[in-house]
Amino acid sequence: MEAHSSEVFVIGLTVFFLACIIGYYVVWSVTPALHSPLMGVTNAISSVIIVGAILAAGPQGFDTSKIFGLIGVVLASVNIFGGFLVTYRMLSMFKKKTKKTKEKE
Amino acid sequence: MVAILYLISALLFIFALRGLSHPESSRMGNIFGITGMIIAVFTTLMFKSVLSYYEIGAAILIGGAIGSFIALRIEMTALPQLVAAFHSLVGLAAVFVAAAAFYDPVAFSIGKVGSIKTASLVEMSIGTFIGAITFSGSVLAFGKLQGTISGKPIVFKFQHFINALIFLLIIFLIVLFVINQSPTIFWTIVIVSILLGFLVVIPIGGADMPVVVSMLNSYSGWAACGIGFTLSNNLLIITGALVGASGAILSYIMSKGMNRSIINVVLGGFGGEQDTSASKDNSDKIVKQGNAEDAAYIMKNADSVIIVPGYGMAVAQAQHALREMGDILKKEGIEVRYAIHPVAGRMPGHMNVLLAEANVPYEEVLELDEINHDFPMTEVSFVIGANDVTNPAAKTDESSPIFGMPILDVEKSQSVLFVKRSMATGYSGVDNELFYRDNTTMLFGDAKKMCEDIVKSLSA
Repeated sequence: MEAHSSEVFVIGLTVFFLACIIGYYVVWSVTPALHSPLMGVTNAISSVIIVGAILAAGPQGFDTSKIFGLIGVVLASVNIFGGFLVTYRMLSMFKKKTKKTKEKE
Repeated sequence: MVAILYLISALLFIFALRGLSHPESSRMGNIFGITGMIIAVFTTLMFKSVLSYYEIGAAILIGGAIGSFIALRIEMTALPQLVAAFHSLVGLAAVFVAAAAFYDPVAFSIGKVGSIKTASLVEMSIGTFIGAITFSGSVLAFGKLQGTISGKPIVFKFQHFINALIFLLIIFLIVLFVINQSPTIFWTIVIVSILLGFLVVIPIGGADMPVVVSMLNSYSGWAACGIGFTLSNNLLIITGALVGASGAILSYIMSKGMNRSIINVVLGGFGGEQDTSASKDNSDKIVKQGNAEDAAYIMKNADSVIIVPGYGMAVAQAQHALREMGDILKKEGIEVRYAIHPVAGRMPGHMNVLLAEANVPYEEVLELDEINHDFPMTEVSFVIGANDVTNPAAKTDESSPIFGMPILDVEKSQSVLFVKRSMATGYSGVDNELFYRDNTTMLFGDAKKMCEDIVKSLSA
């Protein structure tokens, strides 16, 4: 049992470091003009912890854990909808005037 | 199957960030992100143990409605507060998920109540700790940005010593928690971490908020990571790491924009509306003052104008009037561009969003290193609501607190128009010698009204 769980931990750690490296390169490629939308998107996707909240809220009946899970689902949903929507609003502002731009360069 | 779907979802999140490398690909990126989230949620709902669809559906609807309502109504000037508020929710959600895992470990297959695996306990308490700090730190940052709490840094004796002690206490509590698995200790960790979150943000002043907001962004990612380790869920680990890395890089960029180390910002005590005693030696110097007609005349006779917006523009909501002014100048055949300092505004990229909101084409909006060498060839610099980021003292005066900070070289242009409410100093509390130069004209007044008046004079 112990050997197994330490193996799981090492796999998690491997995934973690590789993801950090990917994150490092991907984020440096983001144009500075879009740093605010970047915060909006990261905020929305970090609410993927809703997955954990759903698991806690999953079983039938009512106990402490389920209530915590449901609160977690509500909080994460505020973020998911709010984060993606506000990012959408920001990004559509960066769209509309490309056509209106006069060629000047 | 579950693992594959989670992997797809994680990949979509990576593409969502990748899309932000260019405005044209960014909207597709957002769609990738949304798709990834939908896949993650539905995959989880398909778990055999997940049965209470109605309750979960209702919870998603409630949260979704609140989130959508806020996101659709929020003014773009208030973005930094909104982001801070959202970060606090991620932190709180992480605490609740950790608590749920603690009270019902069977649902997460990490052991039974009272005999949860040691590794899971450690991961759980770290996730809780980071989540709680993110929560309270973000709440305080929200208050400071919203103006509910003074933006002044609050410093007291032994501050860092106290924080270090509290941190040690938390480590001790985590060890204790791992040994006896007591709910009381779990909640003590939560409360002490919340306290630490407040104490960490309290000494940080208004102008340092871009760094704080980025840092909290990073923390919210690490909190998700902690939960991911607890649940042995790779999707959470990957996403958390992406967000954590993103926030960390933004913090780094922001601190570099102020020529300060992240540690220096975190230790705080800098920024905020300090007393202006530093400006005493300039009180006898002469300031050239002008009005909207003068400004209109100067700009009309120029070939090129660079506009330097700052937080003051956001406060006055002047971006639309400013764009109108720019449009008229462009019609006159004058080259108009915008120069953005990395730390202008209260969050990374804040100015870019506001200008985009006012329909300024993003090709005209340039970053510091793209435009700085153009100032000597520019006739007029129009500084609106910015101050410290143009202060030449950063290059010449070694004793200045902002010495070494990269600045926009507006003083190299032929003339400078400075829209400002008053002669007050910027957030650093440093006087700007630019105000007293011969080629500088100060335009005192509200940024929005000034732009409107200039538009009137230009079209007259």
